[in-house]
This record gives sequence, C-alpha cells and structure tokens, in this order.
Amino acid sequence: MNFYNDNKSLKFYLSHPVMDKIIKLKERDFVDSDNDMMAPVNVEDAIDNYDKVLEIVGDLAANVLEANAENVDHEGPQVLNNEIVYAKGTQKNHEVLRDAGLYGMSLPRKYKGLNFPYVPYVMAAEIVSRADAGFANIWGLQDCAETIYEFASEEIKEKYLPLINEGMTCSMALTEPDAGSDLQSVRLKASFDDEHNCWRLNGVKRFITNGDADIQLVLARSEEGTTDGRGLSYFLYDRRDNAVTVRRIENKLGIKGSPTAELVFNNAPALIIGERRMGLIKYVMSLMNGARLGVGAQSVGLAEAAYHEALEYAKQREQFGKAIINFPQVYEMLGLMRAKIDATRTLLYETSRFVDLYKAYDSVSKERSLTAEERQDMKYSQRHADMMTPMLKLFASEYANQIAYDCIQVHGGSGFMKEYKCERLYRDARILSIYEGTSQLQVVAAIRFIGNGSYLKRIEEYEAMPLAEELLPLRQRIVKMKENYLKIVEAADKFGTSSETYDFLARRMVEAMGHLIMSHLLLQDVNRSKELDNTEAPEFMNSCKIMIALGESEIAKILTFVENFKEEDLQMYK
Amino acid sequence: MNNKEFQIVVLAKQVPDTHNVGKDAMKEDGTINRAALPAIFNPDDLKALEMALACKDALKDIMPVKVTIITMGPSRAAEIIRESMFRGADNGFVVSDRRFAGSDTLATSYALSAAVKKLGKIDIVFSGRQAIDGDTAQVGPQVAEKLEIPQITYAEDLLYVAEDEIVIKRRLERGVETVKTGFPVLVTVHGNANDCRPRHAKLLMTNKKACSVSEVLERQQSMEDMEALWAKKPFLKIEEWNADDINPDFERLGLTGSPTKVKSIENVVLTSKENKKINNSESEINELMKELVSAHII
Repeated sequence: MNFYNDNKSLKFYLSHPVMDKIIKLKERDFVDSDNDMMAPVNVEDAIDNYDKVLEIVGDLAANVLEANAENVDHEGPQVLNNEIVYAKGTQKNHEVLRDAGLYGMSLPRKYKGLNFPYVPYVMAAEIVSRADAGFANIWGLQDCAETIYEFASEEIKEKYLPLINEGMTCSMALTEPDAGSDLQSVRLKASFDDEHNCWRLNGVKRFITNGDADIQLVLARSEEGTTDGRGLSYFLYDRRDNAVTVRRIENKLGIKGSPTAELVFNNAPALIIGERRMGLIKYVMSLMNGARLGVGAQSVGLAEAAYHEALEYAKQREQFGKAIINFPQVYEMLGLMRAKIDATRTLLYETSRFVDLYKAYDSVSKERSLTAEERQDMKYSQRHADMMTPMLKLFASEYANQIAYDCIQVHGGSGFMKEYKCERLYRDARILSIYEGTSQLQVVAAIRFIGNGSYLKRIEEYEAMPLAEELLPLRQRIVKMKENYLKIVEAADKFGTSSETYDFLARRMVEAMGHLIMSHLLLQDVNRSKELDNTEAPEFMNSCKIMIALGESEIAKILTFVENFKEEDLQMYK
Repeated sequence: MNNKEFQIVVLAKQVPDTHNVGKDAMKEDGTINRAALPAIFNPDDLKALEMALACKDALKDIMPVKVTIITMGPSRAAEIIRESMFRGADNGFVVSDRRFAGSDTLATSYALSAAVKKLGKIDIVFSGRQAIDGDTAQVGPQVAEKLEIPQITYAEDLLYVAEDEIVIKRRLERGVETVKTGFPVLVTVHGNANDCRPRHAKLLMTNKKACSVSEVLERQQSMEDMEALWAKKPFLKIEEWNADDINPDFERLGLTGSPTKVKSIENVVLTSKENKKINNSESEINELMKELVSAHII
C-alpha cells in the first residue's frame, strides 16, 4: 500500500500549470543546481523530486503510521515526572519520519530543509493525516519553523531551524484558560531579565497541542499594563532549559495520540521573535493561516480514509442477497463523500498555490527588491490566500465530519462498535471544525471578503477561464447559481452590513459562495483532466456534477431562508 | 580505494518477489521466469544494509567510513544499488556477465569473493542470511571461506562497534550468542535484525539520477548528457564489472564452476487431499487432539 501512489489526484495537482511559476520562484531560477547536490535543475526535475519524496511519505504513512494508529489511539501519551511520554507508536512514527528526512520540508536548504513549496508539503500533510490525523499534529507542527524563518532574527534561525530537520519537535502555545478564541486576553507574563539578558516567562498555558515540544513558540504579554493584542509579543522557549512543568494532559474525545497539555512556565528563559508588540497582530495571525491550511489538509486526509473505509465495507457487506453498495441510499452517500472530498481537495490546493506564491515572493523580497509587477502579484496572492483559507477550513472540516458520520452510517450497527476503524475517524474528525478557529470564526474571517466583493471577483475570473465547448452548459449552471447568490447578498445587505441580522445570516452567505468556488474549481479540473488526455489523470466529472447539483439546491434553500427572514426573527432564537 | 577509510561491503541480491508469484512464474524447463516477477531487494540483504549503515553511523565521527554495495545479476540490479544509496550507502558495483549464467552457490560465492578482493582492503562484509529465491544461506559463509576471513552468521543485533572490534548478538536454534571479533570479518544478517531505515528524502534527491552505462543504453538516454553529469557528480555513476574485471579463474565461473546439477524440476501444485469436518463438540475435539498427538504434529 502507498497512500500517495493510490491517489491520482495528488499527482494531478502536483503538475498544475501554476506550479511552474511557484517552483521557479522557490528555486530562484535554479541558482543552487550547480553547487547543491540535491537541488533540482529545472521545473520537471523539481516535480520529480516532490513526486519521489511523496512516494516515501505515502509508503511510510500506509505501512507504518496507519499500522500504529489503532494502538496509539488506545495507549495515548502520558505524563511521567512532569514530562510527556508519547505512545510507543507515536514515538516510532516520529522517528521514522525523521529518519526519512521529512521534517522541515518547506525550509530552505540553507537551514537543512528540503525547500519544498507548500503544495507538496500540504500533500504530505494530507497523506500523513489519512493514516493518523492525531499524529499529523505532531508532524505538522514543523509549521512553526515557517514562523521562525519568516520573523525571527538570523541568530535564532541559524540556531534552531537546522534542528527541526533533525527531529526536534515544535509547539505553539497560545491558548490560556481565559483566552481561547479571544487571544487578545492572553495574560502569561513576559518580563526582561537584565541580569541574564533574556526574557522570562511566567504563567499558565492550556490546551497546548504537543505541549512538551523541544521548541515552543509562546504568546505572552510583554507590555505591562496593557490589556489588548497590542501588548503581546512572541517568544521561543527551548525545552532544554527545563523551566516548564507539564501539569496535566487532557483526556480527549479524539486525536488521542496527540498530547494536549496544560503548562506552567516558571521563570522560563525565552528569546523574542521579531519585534515587541507584534506577537498577536502580525506573527500569530500569519501562523494561524498556516495552521488553518494544515487543518484543511488534515480534514481532506481524514475524509479520504473514511471514504475508503466505507467503500470497502459497502462492497463486501451483503444484505437482501446483494452487496449494500448496490442500494441507492448507500451509493448516494458514497458518491457524495467522493464529491465532497474532491471539492475540498481542489480548494485545498488552490489555497496552497496562493500561499506558495505570496510566501515565495516574500522570501525573495528578503534578498532583492521585487519589481512592481511582482509586488502586485504578491499582494494579489496574499489577498487570495487570506480569503481562501477560512473558506477551506470551514468546508473541509465540516465535510470531514459529515463524511466520518456517513462512514459509520454505511457500516450500520457494526460502525457503532469499537472494532471498526470508522469510530476512531469519527472521533478524530470532531476537533477539525473547532481548533485553529471554529467554523463560526472562519465565517467571521470570510464574511469581509463577501462584503468587499473579493470572492465575487475571483468568481468572475473563473468564469473567464478557457473551457472546452462541451463543458460550457455546466458553467452556465454555476453562473445561474451565482445569480441566486447575488440575490442572497442583496437581501442580507438590506439589513445593513454591520447589523446583527447580517451577522446572523453571514454563515449562509459564506456557504453559498463556497459552493460557487468549489464548483468552478472542479469544472476547471475536469477541463484540465480532459486536456491531459492521460489515462492516469483522475476523473472529476461525476464529482463536479454532484457538487453543482448540491450547490444549486443549497443556494436555493439559502435564498428562500434569507428572503423570508425578518429582523424580528432574531428574537425567536434567543 | 582509500586505505584510511573504514571499508564496509554489503553483498546484496535482487530477487523475484516470491510473495507475488503468478501462474507464469516458472518456465517450461523449470527455471525461474524472471521477466514475469517483480524484482525486489532481497529482504535479509536490506537488513544487512541496515547493520552496515548502523556501523557507519557509529564510526563516522572517528574516521571516514564507506559503504559499498556489490550485487551480481543482470544490469537492472543497479536498482538495488540506487535503493541503497537512498538509504545511506555510498556507491556500488553491479557484477554482470553472461559467463556467470547458471552459477550455483559455489560459483556465485567465488565470483563475489573475486569482486570483493578487487576492492582492496575491506573491514566488514555484510550479507543477508539467505535470499528468498534459493533459500540456501550458503553464499555468505562461502564468500568468507574464499576470502579467508572469520565469519559471524545469523547476526541479529549489532551491540557495539569500534575501529578495531565488533560485538554481535547472533541467533542460534535455541537461544542467542554474543560474539566479539576484530576485522576483517564477514557477517550474515538474520531476518530478525532491525528493519532497514526508510529512504531519506535528501539522499533520494541527491542520488536519484545514479545509473550505470547499461541503464543509459537501455533507456536510450543521451550518453553525452550522462557523461557530462558523471563528470560533475562522479558518485552518480554505478560501475559495472564483467567477468574480466574481477580477474577470475574462468573455470570456476558459471555452469562450469557449478558442481550442482539440476536433475529435474517438478511443478508441484499443493492441494488438500483429505478434508475432514470436525464438529464443535468435546468428544470430536478430543479425537482430533489424540490424532494430532499420535501423528507428532503437536
């Protein structure tokens, strides 16, 4: 088994036309190819590298991580002498991925990374998540390297970044007992120790994923007397300083292999990342988008696992003299699962490409000034990354939950028993729509792009993209959907965009837009797949048609609701 | 070869994947139809590679260490040298010649020992205990005899290695034995030993273009381009040796060097001749137990 090779969609997105530009930027037009033994010499060579490395990921995910997942779920981590000890399988997973060089994938080679763009890195995250979504957190926290790379001083970068490839684990400590979704209320205190010329951290962090990591990024209040986000800075704590106590780890519903810790910082020495006061408003906001992209990948990977589980069961299980997959109500569930996965995956890699472009420009801009055209492209990519990320997080995590739910449904009574994997997937899925910003917060992040018309502009770009003649009728249907979307927004706008009613209706507007985006993306995939004329290319047509049909009915439903809604209706819900 | 370097050789074989045997696995004449079977890295040899790489890890901070793969087989056996390079081996040689065809274990070990001798000073030779196609477990020990060096067979764990000695735990029929020796030594590695480490992303990207001249010709790639690449990155060239290169006594190669004569090969189809249904009752189970005990099955 190989979780990369058995999924044609991944190869398909790896060769997306935009990859050409991303790779040239990321590789600085292959300037390293002469002096660095592993640097690619051209775009084709780079894609071949990604392909071959993802094959390693797919092999280890299918044959090591997947095999360990059940035991990890049962055994879980524990606290021994104030330290977290992973479940045996978790430790083994970590070691095998470290030995395969799969930490620090996106870091520049200078810092011992693989210099991979986000697209293949996110694919690796998807593959790892398909095997074990809980472990994907521990592995995925290598994202912290990205924050250090982008914002920390060269001294910190040189000291810490190479360690990540060697397998030093990371965590980001943001949440506190009274600061969850509202991070502005963070209280953990940072004060400067003149005598030792370092910062000192004192206080408590709660719900910290992989809390006892080797490298911990900590949001703390460095400005005494402040109460909002502008008094917070971002710090790096090195576990080797032994100044943090693990008070407890949580007993969770799912992702049980991933330790969630309560930490007490006892005058812990720390290094500041970047500038004071920028902790929340700049650095955490930036890493939060990365984390949300990660949850998107985790959701798609978990959904893929649930789909395979359901499909296999439905083919084997016989009732009334035939395999249950032959019953309309069962194959409808399976078809919808497939379509939802294809829809969120194409959104995942669309988002990743925007993130790639703007991060690559940002990185280039540290070496030379960008041309006016490049600056514009960077801005464009960043805005699109910002607007696609919450949409992805919202849909991917909600769909993953629906798919895990249907996976149990396909299993019937057996699915309710602990013997089947679907119950673990169902429990693991539940956190996806909660952490790194709940679905409700994704709506808050996305609604401004509804208000300012940014999404709509992107829809118009999709509408203008070249398309095979025979696919135009499908596009026409999406255009019709858009007309209904416009009516929805118009009806909501009447309440005033800063009204409570508008907030109440926000989720419906965002969801309607999500259907438009996913339908267009799938249609583009169908088009490119046909052009490739390659038997290896995946078939997106069924998923595209299913998602358009679903989008049409969902948007019609939303339109009815919004048009009938009156301001006084809010009272009914209170 | 550099005499100051610690030299480790791994004898590895590309074998037909006997777990995936189809109908056409054997030819009419009873020999293996290699073309019909996927070729894989012999599992015990992968474990031998791991032990070699573990030695390298342990020694590389005190002296330069080189791990070289030697494989005998058709030119496509270069694949397992690449696989080894993705895991940390430095390079390898494919020993390939029609004159080796029909070799039994004696002729094979003779050719392999001649190839090892050609490398010059050697500290450790590792090989898998046995290959899954022949299951003889004879080649490793025979190579040690021909090289006139000590051997440790059935190695299960590398306990210690330093510049002048190695301590190995070996599997016996009813227990384990811990042995220590100096160098040179040949070690055959048991299937219980540690699994081989995964391919490493960086080593893969660095070495993925490694290939032999035969492979360039087979793939119809431009030899000029490859020569240019090899000039820049010499480690990417997988060398091939033919019979002449290893300075052998030609009488001892191939069929002429193989005293083993195959008399006949039969195609055995395993079928169950006797079926017996045992009901789930005390008395019937007792009967079955008695029968099994009397037949010395349990």
